[in-house]
Amino acid sequence: MKSGILAAAAAAVVVTATAGAQAATLDTVKSRGFVQCGVNAGLPGFGSPDSAGNWTGLDVDYCRAVAVAIFNDPNKVKFTPLSAQQRFPAIQSGEVDLLSRNTTVTLTRDTSVGLNFAPVTYYDGQGFMVNKKLGVKSAKELNGATVCVQSGTTTELNLADFFRSNNMSYNPVVIESNDEVNAAYFAGRCDVLTTDVSGLAGTRAGVAPVPDDHVILPEVISKEPLAPAVRHGDDQWFDIVKWTINVAIQAEEFGITSKNVDEFVNSKNPDILRFLGTTPGMGKALGLDEKYAYNVVKKVGNYGEVFDRNVGPGTPLKLERGLNALWTKGGLQYSAPFR
Amino acid sequence: MTDNVQSVGLPDERPPANTVGPIAWLRNNLFNTWYNAILTVLVLALLGSAIPPFVDWLFINAHGLDASSAVCRKDNSGACWGFIGEKLRFILFGTFPYEQQWRPLLTIVIFITLLVASCDRRFWKPWLGLVWIAGFLSVAVLMWGGVLGLTPVENTLWGGLPLTLILSVIGLAVAFPAAILLALGRRSNMPAVKVLCVTYIELIRGVPLISLLFMASVMLPLFLPNGVSIDKLLRAQIAFIMFAAAYMAEAIRGGLQAIPKGQYEAADGLGLSYWQKMLKIILPQALAIAIPPLVNTFISFFKDTSLVIIIGLYDLLGAGKAALSDPSWRGFYREAYLFVGVIYWIFCFSMSKYSQKLERDLNRSHRR
Repeated sequence: MKSGILAAAAAAVVVTATAGAQAATLDTVKSRGFVQCGVNAGLPGFGSPDSAGNWTGLDVDYCRAVAVAIFNDPNKVKFTPLSAQQRFPAIQSGEVDLLSRNTTVTLTRDTSVGLNFAPVTYYDGQGFMVNKKLGVKSAKELNGATVCVQSGTTTELNLADFFRSNNMSYNPVVIESNDEVNAAYFAGRCDVLTTDVSGLAGTRAGVAPVPDDHVILPEVISKEPLAPAVRHGDDQWFDIVKWTINVAIQAEEFGITSKNVDEFVNSKNPDILRFLGTTPGMGKALGLDEKYAYNVVKKVGNYGEVFDRNVGPGTPLKLERGLNALWTKGGLQYSAPFR
Repeated sequence: MTDNVQSVGLPDERPPANTVGPIAWLRNNLFNTWYNAILTVLVLALLGSAIPPFVDWLFINAHGLDASSAVCRKDNSGACWGFIGEKLRFILFGTFPYEQQWRPLLTIVIFITLLVASCDRRFWKPWLGLVWIAGFLSVAVLMWGGVLGLTPVENTLWGGLPLTLILSVIGLAVAFPAAILLALGRRSNMPAVKVLCVTYIELIRGVPLISLLFMASVMLPLFLPNGVSIDKLLRAQIAFIMFAAAYMAEAIRGGLQAIPKGQYEAADGLGLSYWQKMLKIILPQALAIAIPPLVNTFISFFKDTSLVIIIGLYDLLGAGKAALSDPSWRGFYREAYLFVGVIYWIFCFSMSKYSQKLERDLNRSHRR
């Protein structure tokens, strides 16, 4: 008993105080020596620890990009795994500097939740997957279908809206855990599986016994632009995060990758010289090193490299670029100019 | 005349086959009425259809510990123990730095040794408390590091079984004395103390543990001044202690109420002070009576630590779930949950078995 009380007393001393959030986040981060980044506790391809406990994923890489922009070191970042409920209090209270946790940009989150959203890192949307045997070609043919859906998500509400607005009926099979929803679908308990298209593709590639037996229908019934977020009240910090993500997108547009970035340092193109900091000005405007964009591309890579490494066709998730292609290739990824 | 008196005993005959032996046992227990017979046949059929496929899946068609996920996916008729082989260290130790994972391993060993040693009544001496303090200190040193040349490791990186053990063992160790005080306070004659204890117990018991954890992890930081944060693990640990104390207090109160009034009066008659009366007469008996409900609380509390996943800590179950989110190892949740379940079961079953033994030893005077 005594030992227990002592342990509690010892633990009670471990109260940490971080510098006030009123101070500029950049100064706080610099004096602390690392970026504190909130990520998903386990979403394949976006944020998950590997077997050795190292964080990997698309969202995770953008945390690393911000760390590189400030410290030129992708490891000067600490990750806080956050649940869906916990994520907003964590960013509001200053527990994390940056929330990079597959968060959909919405009006209320931008306003009443008090977030500022950086450029979208992944354009997602809710879709449907069915077994090829059914011969369904469009979601409009799903009248009367049994639909497996995860409970307590916007997915469930979008599903109801879609069927109501199309005057169709459906039988929902509502299950709480993602794994069990998938298992129910593959066991044939329902005709249709619905969630975000990235999730469907990942499930088809990674969980389906025979991936080719299943087809993702063309309709996307919701908009889910996923973006990193910072809290209101520190414009400089917001600018840094925003222009770090733009670096990745712009680098791909320039054709600059982590492998060939050195060849561009003395390019003839004045845009590229400004971008990489050979012509100074951009880094200073943000309060960062002039070479910050060079560092981000060199150590993390451009948007395409990050995408391919984590969720692209070469990974178990096998996602196509789709909406996430550059605007020059018919997608939506577009960076404002660096000047 | 003596002819018809038999002087040599007949050889012993076996009783009829339908009154002793396995057949009789079957008849008496499984087929004694027509509905029992039907139920027996049904249950046998059910077991017969469930067990062979399960054994096939578990052992015969299973892939070994070194199987890759591609091999497992190609032939998914059996369990893929390659998942456990690959993820064992992550499930057991969470995100603790990989090359330092001997430290949480040693932590597990220390905890289990302490727990097993404390089960032996010969060791129930005052120095056992010192051993526990030494154990806690060495666990703290091992996990945090920063001294003796160990690299410092923040507690946000702790995970897996050590985290589960730290939360539950420290939680119970602190909550237990608090629970005794609460139980005594609730039966106290002093109105203020009584009201305080009753309010505390009813308030905490009136809300689910998950809401306490939410308060501790989500609400509390919003009330604190900007930039000041209390360690996340500590917040969860305090929430657990508060919760366990309230529940155990009620179990102990049950024990206190079972002690006959004569015991209290006898203690008063001997002129013992309140604390002498409680420590020497009442509590030893009351706690012995309260063992079953207390162990019940211990077991459910040990499993409740898995709720810390909602505040982003990877306990044993959370680490198992996170291991499933590796893109190349998705979908092997049966293996993951079975493995984690077996670990939980071993701990809970040992607790339950030990408590039965302890109950027998301590309640000799009450045995009916």
